[in-house]
Amino acid sequence: MLSIHDLHVRVGEAEIIKGLSLDLPAGEVHAVMGPNGAGKSTLAYALAGRPGYEVTGGSATYNGEDLLAMSPDQRSAKGVFLSFQYPLELPGVSGLSFLRTALNAQRKARGEDEVGAPAFLKLAREKAKALKIEFDMLRRPLNVGFSGGEKKRLEIFQMSLFSPRLLILDETDSGLDIDALKVVADGVNAARAPDRAMLIITHYQRLLDYIRPDRVHVLAAGRIAASGGPELAHELEREGYDKYATVPA
Amino acid sequence: MSLASALKTGDVAELPSRRDEDWHWTDLRGLLRTVPPASPPGDAAALPAGPFDACAAETITFLNGRRLTGGGPVVVAAGAPRTIALRFISHTTDTAHHCALSIRLEPGTALTLLESYDGAGAAYVADVELDIRLGEGARLERIVLIDEAAEAIAVSTAEIELAAHATFAQTALTSGAKRQRFETRVRHGAHASARLDGVYLLDGERRGDLTSEVVHNHLGATTHQLTKGFVRGQARGVFQGRIIVNRGADGTDARMGHHALILSERAEVDAKPELEIYADDVSCSHGNTVGALDEEALFYMAQRGLPDAEARTLLTEAFVGEVVDRIEHEAARDIAREWVAERLRGAG
Repeated sequence: MLSIHDLHVRVGEAEIIKGLSLDLPAGEVHAVMGPNGAGKSTLAYALAGRPGYEVTGGSATYNGEDLLAMSPDQRSAKGVFLSFQYPLELPGVSGLSFLRTALNAQRKARGEDEVGAPAFLKLAREKAKALKIEFDMLRRPLNVGFSGGEKKRLEIFQMSLFSPRLLILDETDSGLDIDALKVVADGVNAARAPDRAMLIITHYQRLLDYIRPDRVHVLAAGRIAASGGPELAHELEREGYDKYATVPA
Repeated sequence: MSLASALKTGDVAELPSRRDEDWHWTDLRGLLRTVPPASPPGDAAALPAGPFDACAAETITFLNGRRLTGGGPVVVAAGAPRTIALRFISHTTDTAHHCALSIRLEPGTALTLLESYDGAGAAYVADVELDIRLGEGARLERIVLIDEAAEAIAVSTAEIELAAHATFAQTALTSGAKRQRFETRVRHGAHASARLDGVYLLDGERRGDLTSEVVHNHLGATTHQLTKGFVRGQARGVFQGRIIVNRGADGTDARMGHHALILSERAEVDAKPELEIYADDVSCSHGNTVGALDEEALFYMAQRGLPDAEARTLLTEAFVGEVVDRIEHEAARDIAREWVAERLRGAG
């Protein structure tokens, strides 16, 4: 589904991703782990098309298309969903009306019919209930005044609302207590499907106790330093990232 | 020196110029070489629809400076609260007109004033002077929509006097003109309160100027002021807010905020917030920010599928929405919200 080859990404003057290659087939869940500053969030932003994250080399193919040639909203309409490490607050923008506008923008871009207000509210209520989100919270301006955990839960709520094909979860476990972590993990596990792939970016192995990955990749100094099965996450938890820090760039 | 006296005397030297501190950014002298001839009466049978037509039982209309019905001051006497639509229509080109109106609220009365400016013509010069007095405990909410022609020069000035415990709330929304100025001067009574809000949405080469002066001479009065605006193209927004708290006006609570978005490189915002405080026991604050849309928020919205233009519109609408939401009159608030949305989406 997603094939990244020799990707180079520059932020400002600094090259952060330095020749990263990764294959993520449909139906699989891959974890990208790495120390702080390894380029984990940069990878997530580059795949989502954030301005200022300049791809200077390599390719990223998504379902046979050049992902890097698309604008961020086109990527979204094609099913790319990035759960932000720090979800943005949108003062004055009601959560529900924003989400309906966003959903319909995606549908419009795909040539699908818009979802009317009653159908949308029904859908939103169902998804909110499953994620133990108080519905009234969604009427408030999006993320404004929400706790870190609430914001993360709302990201997963949006994910389940949009039914994306490629999920990128950037440090979704940070700032979550154990109950919130379980709710989020349940939401992610429920989204596993043969036609859907997930990239879970995390510093700690903790989240992977709840979301079992098919593959684990170690990101160090801007490239994949090692790949393996789920046992690699446990090894990293035990031994840390030190041995990868010396890998020459 | 004022536009009114220049129109009266025909002497351009009477026009306010950049040498007058309060007119520095809205120089009229430099724009007009001669005072234009007086405007024709206009066709009273062909008036454009007004924005508040559906909300008010009474309407007072001025066409090219002439009042179409009735005369004399508006007096709100004891009885049920009243809602009046007040329309100033300019339907002319290369001519000038002036008009004035007095409004009196007797003690304890309430009025909602739904004021609108329609520029149906082209390069006209229009001047409006309002003299509004609120008796003790009277309440006035004034909502103003300003839609002048792009080539017009339009000035509206209101003197507002509040007796003790009177309440005045104002929200003025403007789309500017060649030069457009909306000026409000408030004199507080004891324990009176004033909310003075403004929104400017300026595009193309338009300029809009929201100027106010509030004087606290007595105990315990409150002024809350919030103005927000955006400029794009080569537009220029001006905000001047002066609050004077004189000796003896203890217990004054004054807050002023002005926040602007500059959405293009050639657009400009000039802001002059001034607090002059001569009393001891007062609570005053002001905040002034000028910036661009939050790029991170725009990316977040794009990631959720919103095309860039739509995300920008939504963020801008939310930005000025904070001011519009403070309008108390429900129907007028909806109309103001729609007015903002139309202008944001219309000019894309």
